[in-house]
Amino acid sequence: MIVIALYITIAMVTVAALLNVYRLIKGPDAPDRVLALDTLYINAIALIILLGLTLGTRMYLEAALLIAVMGFVGTVAMAKYLKRGSVIE
Amino acid sequence: MLDRLSFPQPWLSLTLFITWQFLSDGISGGSAVLGLILAWAIPQITQGFWPDPPAFIKAWRVPAYLLRVVWDIVIASVEVARLILSPRPARPAFVCYPLELEHPLAITILASTISLTPGTVSADVSDDNKLLLIHALDAEDDQTVIDTIKTRYEKPLLEMFQ
Amino acid sequence: MNPYAEFAICLLLIIGGAFTLIGAIGLARLPDFFTRLHGPTKATTVGVGAIVISSVIYFSTLGQGIGIEEFLITAFLFMTAPVSANFLAKAAMHLKVNTTENTRGHPWDQ
Repeated sequence: MIVIALYITIAMVTVAALLNVYRLIKGPDAPDRVLALDTLYINAIALIILLGLTLGTRMYLEAALLIAVMGFVGTVAMAKYLKRGSVIE
Repeated sequence: MLDRLSFPQPWLSLTLFITWQFLSDGISGGSAVLGLILAWAIPQITQGFWPDPPAFIKAWRVPAYLLRVVWDIVIASVEVARLILSPRPARPAFVCYPLELEHPLAITILASTISLTPGTVSADVSDDNKLLLIHALDAEDDQTVIDTIKTRYEKPLLEMFQ
Repeated sequence: MNPYAEFAICLLLIIGGAFTLIGAIGLARLPDFFTRLHGPTKATTVGVGAIVISSVIYFSTLGQGIGIEEFLITAFLFMTAPVSANFLAKAAMHLKVNTTENTRGHPWDQ
């Protein structure tokens, strides 16, 4: 039963990631693209956790944690760049 | 000299220490030493960026507030999900919210809470810390949004910080 | 495996996947930037939170210990989601992104 639920969830998160890519390509403004990237990394975390569940190992959680930290820094840097024109003043 | 050896932000230091123990897979001698160094160094380096600590926080009110916020986050997600899936167009609005809170930390907590809960994202604080600009996804009128936030979130925060 | 735990894991997985998908649908479908901001900050964060909780239950019933990384991931996501939303909203107001016609009120000048 868990295997079926896992496959359904992986399918749903993959479709979600594809929708984010659609928004990433379509735009229309720069903040929209940054928002799409932000959502995309959160979906990547979900996919990595699901991969870890499928393979029955906890090794991948470290990677998910790193993506969570780095993705946030990336989003903030890009938003700051859009607002100010530079990241570090 | 003594100033340099102290922990100016005891709660921040404690949080950093515990988080480091979590990150390094259980407590060992090495992680404890490194955690202590981090818990000392990071508050020292970031000292200039912290606002003055509030005079008094009623810490026993924090868990109840957190529980309410977590519950509201779940409700908020269901509401936003229903709105996204429903065919009728949303009624977005920018609402200016008059702040009663004065301390910067309290305003930050309120703004974060608003961003995570029912249909609202906080967008900006005015320079004099008196107004908060909120974007609501689906609002009938501004006053309902303001009243809900006032009774549900700002009242408990006011009690906590005074 | 304990049937209750199995049921809870399946339920949380499906809920998490559904919320993540709904957040992405919101991102793709809603009319302007400020309304799109709502999907990822709420639905996606809760979706990943539910998936993480199911992972905690799964590995603790397998006897691999209670995951601390999972809690760190959830805590971090819930702390950072409002902050990045706020930064993006400020950037969008600075760039004067278009809003849909039926928006009441208007953003401040940056």
